[in-house]
Amino acid sequence: MADEVLFDFLHMEMVSHVYKEQRSSKGELDSKDRAVCVSILEGMGFRVGQGLIERMTRDSPSFKDELDMMKFICKDFWTQVFRKQIDNLRTNHQGTYVLQDNKFVLLTQLSSGKQYLEEAPKYLAYSCGLVRGALSNLGLESVVTAEVSLMPSCKFQVVIQKL
Amino acid sequence: MAVCIAVIAKENYPLYIRSVPTQNELKFHYTVHTSLDVVEEKISAAGKAMADQRELYLGLLYPTEDYKVYGYVTNSKVKFVIVVDSSNTSLRDNEIRSMFRKLHNSFTDVMCNPFYNPGDPVQSKVFEGMVSGMMVQVS
Repeated sequence: MADEVLFDFLHMEMVSHVYKEQRSSKGELDSKDRAVCVSILEGMGFRVGQGLIERMTRDSPSFKDELDMMKFICKDFWTQVFRKQIDNLRTNHQGTYVLQDNKFVLLTQLSSGKQYLEEAPKYLAYSCGLVRGALSNLGLESVVTAEVSLMPSCKFQVVIQKL
Repeated sequence: MAVCIAVIAKENYPLYIRSVPTQNELKFHYTVHTSLDVVEEKISAAGKAMADQRELYLGLLYPTEDYKVYGYVTNSKVKFVIVVDSSNTSLRDNEIRSMFRKLHNSFTDVMCNPFYNPGDPVQSKVFEGMVSGMMVQVS
């Protein structure tokens, strides 16, 4: 199916465009600029996540609790966006969830080992924003971070902010 | 045919409210505001009952002597409120449900519009057109 790669390519170009924009204003990227790039990508993902959730939950009944919402994210949401489900969900039942994807779609083309490990976070920022936006529209404020130790598997850590 | 249609955000402020006829607008605003309490009650009651299937359509919220007020809440906690004329008894439950379905579909399209910031008042012409189609025609 050719249409699956369209988003992959768009995402790659988005990441390189954001970094190029920052680099053009100064010569070199310091850590503050890198943080700006990551937050731009995360912000994009946030807005898209909100819209996607509005569309996806149109026909489904209300969610019983937080865990129910996280399961929805792991199954239906991940399938719609990344064409597969989350492989492993762990929680401490106190608002922290770890979503593990063993073959993350946006990382498979980069490498399958330790090569390019330091470039991986750029490609995860948008997806973190996606999850954060989805949860925010469902009513849960959260902080989402991602880490990669072995490509293409990655872990997203979601910490729900209790008010 | 509705007399007043309102879209209310998660934080309970109106994103969109329109009523026909336009003279008694304040009365409709007040009616919608008081119906929010009933909506909250229904949402929390459904939560305590631990039903497996919690519907988005809330049904008749309360009837006044002139009007009937219906409610619907989405999974993102955005509430739709429709006020219809009591004298119009021919409106069946199915028709109200289909009106809410159309509202929800239009609102989803508005949310997906990149130029719309969630939390802003809804200014989409397509949404307005859809709502006009559902309102009572005033000669």
